[in-house]
Amino acid sequence: MSWASWSDFFAMGGYAVYVWGSYAVTAGLILAEVIMLGIRKRAAKARLAAGRGAGMP
Amino acid sequence: MSQPSLVVGNVNWFKYASPQSFYPLAGAMIPWFAWAAAALCAAGLYVGFFVAPTDHQQGESYRIIFIHVPAAWMSMFLYLVMAFWAGVGLVFNTRLSHMMASALAPTGALFTFLALWTGSLWGKPTWGTWWVWDARLTSELILLFLYFGFMALKAAIDDPRRADRAGAVLALVGVVNIPIIYYSVEWWNTLHQGASVSLTRAPTMAATMLTGMLLMALAAWMYSIAASLHRVRSVILERERGADWLRAL
Amino acid sequence: MLTALRCVIRRDLLLAMRRRSDVATALLFFVIVVSLFPLGVGPEPNLLREIAPGVIWVAALLASMLSLSRLFAADFADGTLEQMILSATPLGAIVAAKVVAHWLVSGLPLVLIAPVLALQFDLAQPLLPVLTVSLLLGTPVLSLIGAIGAALTLGVRGSGVLLSLLVLPLYVPVLIMGAGAVEAAAVGLDNAGHLLLLAAFLVGAAAFAPWAISAALRISME
Repeated sequence: MSWASWSDFFAMGGYAVYVWGSYAVTAGLILAEVIMLGIRKRAAKARLAAGRGAGMP
Repeated sequence: MSQPSLVVGNVNWFKYASPQSFYPLAGAMIPWFAWAAAALCAAGLYVGFFVAPTDHQQGESYRIIFIHVPAAWMSMFLYLVMAFWAGVGLVFNTRLSHMMASALAPTGALFTFLALWTGSLWGKPTWGTWWVWDARLTSELILLFLYFGFMALKAAIDDPRRADRAGAVLALVGVVNIPIIYYSVEWWNTLHQGASVSLTRAPTMAATMLTGMLLMALAAWMYSIAASLHRVRSVILERERGADWLRAL
Repeated sequence: MLTALRCVIRRDLLLAMRRRSDVATALLFFVIVVSLFPLGVGPEPNLLREIAPGVIWVAALLASMLSLSRLFAADFADGTLEQMILSATPLGAIVAAKVVAHWLVSGLPLVLIAPVLALQFDLAQPLLPVLTVSLLLGTPVLSLIGAIGAALTLGVRGSGVLLSLLVLPLYVPVLIMGAGAVEAAAVGLDNAGHLLLLAAFLVGAAAFAPWAISAALRISME
């Protein structure tokens, strides 16, 4: 598949909104999930550390 | 008392059923799956955008299938895997299995949503409306509700053991119902439509399109594994809070 | 065992009769919801005739779901449920009996009143038996599946809405086949397939749901 030019590529034959709308939301949500995974891990570790500090058995 | 064992290659694999052993194992596996996902995704996108030709009927809008179909496949597959681990947890009373089921649900729900979102964006230029009541999209919508139900039930029950087991029963009931739901919706769809309105590609898909789709599907699979393993480690940290081995972390 | 089951049914029916308002409220809800649709979509007879099966079925679904929390709540509160779990009679059988009693009180009235409501929508006369049979076959399935949800959410906070979220996706096949049977008959297509599938759902649910309900009850009562 050879695109005539970059602007053709971005235009996606007139379907730019739909195609890039799909890919953008997908990328965004996957990124959001990865970020939330990190947040959850950090929060869990923080709670563990806090628990230990408070003298948990 | 003898512990049950599953020794393959000098390793008793059942030892990984304990959160303590599984935690480092999962941690070691995540990077492999994450990199595999990234590589497969790059390859899939390359094939999808620079190798696969334009479709005669749908023009460039068909390129959404490189997300839509893998997302739909993963949404169903992850539900099956989730129900499997929930069932294992019910039968063998292993809390790690239940933790794994909990870890899979959000990723599964995400893919279900993506299947719906991309399906909608694909339907608009193809059929003219933002929502198409075709069999697959409607089944995906119901699947999303099944995921939400599972997560909501687990969140609503305070006792983790009861939450695990209730969620497991729900997941198993759901998994039995999914084929019934899918075929009912298919039947409903063919009854109410004259021409068949379907977002599934006709068998005339070019080989390159199929390749791109498969690569993206594999990428989604690798990503799901990496994400679920990461999440289950957080679940372990949250739920095993009293345990001694955590102090070493 | 049959005497035990007869006892359970009699007891549940007796208790339901003592709180007739609960029963009546679900029925009234059904009637009101069905009456809301013409107010929402307009009184055009052709449109109403077309949406009648779907509207009545959805309303029956919702009304049936409303009464589900009642199924185990009272017995859970006063300790009878614990006794049922411990009793010699198989829990699956007891649970099936409870669902039968529940259906007699919450499902059957819907089946009986639906043809009257269908007349409000000017549904053609020959379609009324189809509607009744579809509801007759479908509402027990709704009770059986709903009971699983009720058992899972026993005593959980916010259980009413949670129950709906859990159970409505599972209701979809019954809705499709039930409403579909009437709609198929309306356009002159054969609707035996729909009704047979509904019957199959009923047999399947009757066979498997008691088992799932018992498992869920044991989990909830630990």
